[in-house]
Amino acid sequence: MKELVPLLVGIPLGAAFLITILAHVRGISRLTGLIATLAVAANVAVSIALWVAAYNDPGQSVSVWAGNWDGLGVPIGIEMVCDGLARLMVITINIIAFVVIIFAASYMLRFTKVWLFYSLFLLMTGALNGVVLAGDLFNMFVFIEVATIASYGLVGFGCEAEELEAAFKYLVLGTIGSCFILLGVTILYSLTGHLNMAMVASLLPKVGSQGPAVLLAAAALLGGLSLKAAMVPFHAWLPDAHPSAPAPISAMLSGVLIKACGVYCLARLMFNVFGTSGEYAMILIVLGAASMVIGVFLAVGQWDFKRLLAYHSISQMGYVVLAIGVAGEVISRAEPDQAIAALCLFGGLFHMFNHAAFKSLLFLSSGSIEQQTGTRRLKEMGGLARRMPVTSFCCRIGALSIAGVPPFNGFFSKLIIIVALVLAGHPFLAALAVLVALMTLLSFIKVQRYALEGEPVGKAVAAREAPALMGLAMLLLAVVCIVAGLAMVPLREYLFGPAGEVLLKGSGALKAKLSTGVSWQEPLMWFVGAAP
Amino acid sequence: MGTVIYILAFALLLFGIYALVAKKNIVRIILGICILGYAVNLLLVLVGYRRDGVAPILAQGQSSVELAKQAVDPLPQAMVLTSIVIGLSTTALAVALAIRLYEKYGTFDMNDIRNLRG
Repeated sequence: MKELVPLLVGIPLGAAFLITILAHVRGISRLTGLIATLAVAANVAVSIALWVAAYNDPGQSVSVWAGNWDGLGVPIGIEMVCDGLARLMVITINIIAFVVIIFAASYMLRFTKVWLFYSLFLLMTGALNGVVLAGDLFNMFVFIEVATIASYGLVGFGCEAEELEAAFKYLVLGTIGSCFILLGVTILYSLTGHLNMAMVASLLPKVGSQGPAVLLAAAALLGGLSLKAAMVPFHAWLPDAHPSAPAPISAMLSGVLIKACGVYCLARLMFNVFGTSGEYAMILIVLGAASMVIGVFLAVGQWDFKRLLAYHSISQMGYVVLAIGVAGEVISRAEPDQAIAALCLFGGLFHMFNHAAFKSLLFLSSGSIEQQTGTRRLKEMGGLARRMPVTSFCCRIGALSIAGVPPFNGFFSKLIIIVALVLAGHPFLAALAVLVALMTLLSFIKVQRYALEGEPVGKAVAAREAPALMGLAMLLLAVVCIVAGLAMVPLREYLFGPAGEVLLKGSGALKAKLSTGVSWQEPLMWFVGAAP
Repeated sequence: MGTVIYILAFALLLFGIYALVAKKNIVRIILGICILGYAVNLLLVLVGYRRDGVAPILAQGQSSVELAKQAVDPLPQAMVLTSIVIGLSTTALAVALAIRLYEKYGTFDMNDIRNLRG
């Protein structure tokens, strides 16, 4: 099974380059969409195979070394780690990518040069898989960069004035984030002489985990990754960038990119590399609570369907970061309660998965509605429930899931987060979470009222049902929304539980291959603050 | 003396951020992105630097432990190459977007390019 891990990155990247070549060959150029779909389908198969292979031992960690040369007693090479958390992320990424590419086959027909879209899309998918599988800091940075540069291109894909403006804004802010991530990685390298996450984690206590240099590195990484995750107050780019992209890309950006490049990396670094500590956990709690509340208040007043969804992405990711932060806070107490921390993490990770499913579903249905009515403004829609039954049905399931109505998946994950917050001794935060859930419900009642019910206005009169492939993609995600809610207990045991355990173990979760050995790099004395 | 150059790298970083925050001209913003990238790249190279270090090439008969004691660290140099390539592609994309924006709006001034509000 070990050999399958690099394929997750290799297949999409290879297919992306293949498509750029084949697009110029006469006769085959029409097949680029098929090749892209097959590549993503293969990725779904591989990620599920990796999960099934870990059936007997859900917590197992598979690591693959590329290179693995002997460098003075320490292995030199690129490590890919496929542990419980990475398996969860890989499954989320590839399932959403697969559904999105089915939707895109029909939706993207309105654009010219669709092969460029497929190529960038595969580049982004492959790089996102790389981010969650990367076992060393620098590769994580490189994959984040590949994924986000591809996404800058995709946001501006339509080349209209607003799309270009959004893409430029996203590019500037994204680049600042990347520079800070690289700064953090550089400082960590100068302190420990290693880039491998496990090695850095095992060496950091020796150079002093609370030293000023480590704190500077943590601050740079926290800032950069929060920008990628669009946490308040780093969120300004998201409501412009996500709605401007074509609908399948909005689904991919909101559904997967901000999770893999932002929240996953935050959790991985704060728990597994820096080691769980109360201070970092408190920062995550503040970021999460602020995003949750401010995001939803900004969302309620929106009349543009896709902007409304984008603001809800900020708010819902706030839930995830809040739950993860509270888990970190519980672990770093003097008397940690593992069960409550595990419950927090389960709630957070489950909500992350659920958000990927229902937010992608909502963005896809917004794309379907936009294609038929030619508008994103809620006030110019109306009466779509009768004219577009499949889209409306799926849109309702998505709205009910995000609003937290039983028995859909969003209800269970929000309930678990709220219960876990109360158990962890944060009743105020729990009350805040309930308030945000109510506000979310309110704003989606608005969507239902204006888009799906009432009398049709303008172009909505002539709206017809979306093409079959788009309907199929939306139905697939609706099924995921329902099944994930009902199959919560087995999923917890085999998917979310092991993923949470990786974070629970803190800095010991990633096993260093060799923790002793000569390092090429001597720690910079000036940075450590012990200059002779 | 050794710390001065780190302070300079940090000052460069601040210059880059200043350009991004305070300037409204797209071309200047792109220059700010470049400066920010250079600052981090400079820091990255400095991390691998060693005073009076030799090039990290293994001579015949020399053991790797001996080389590691004298040579500069080659890993940051490899990393900085990757980082420069990433910076190049980001800059190229930013310039391409700037040209398309100029075609659409007829200006490089961000004050006039304001259809979207955060």
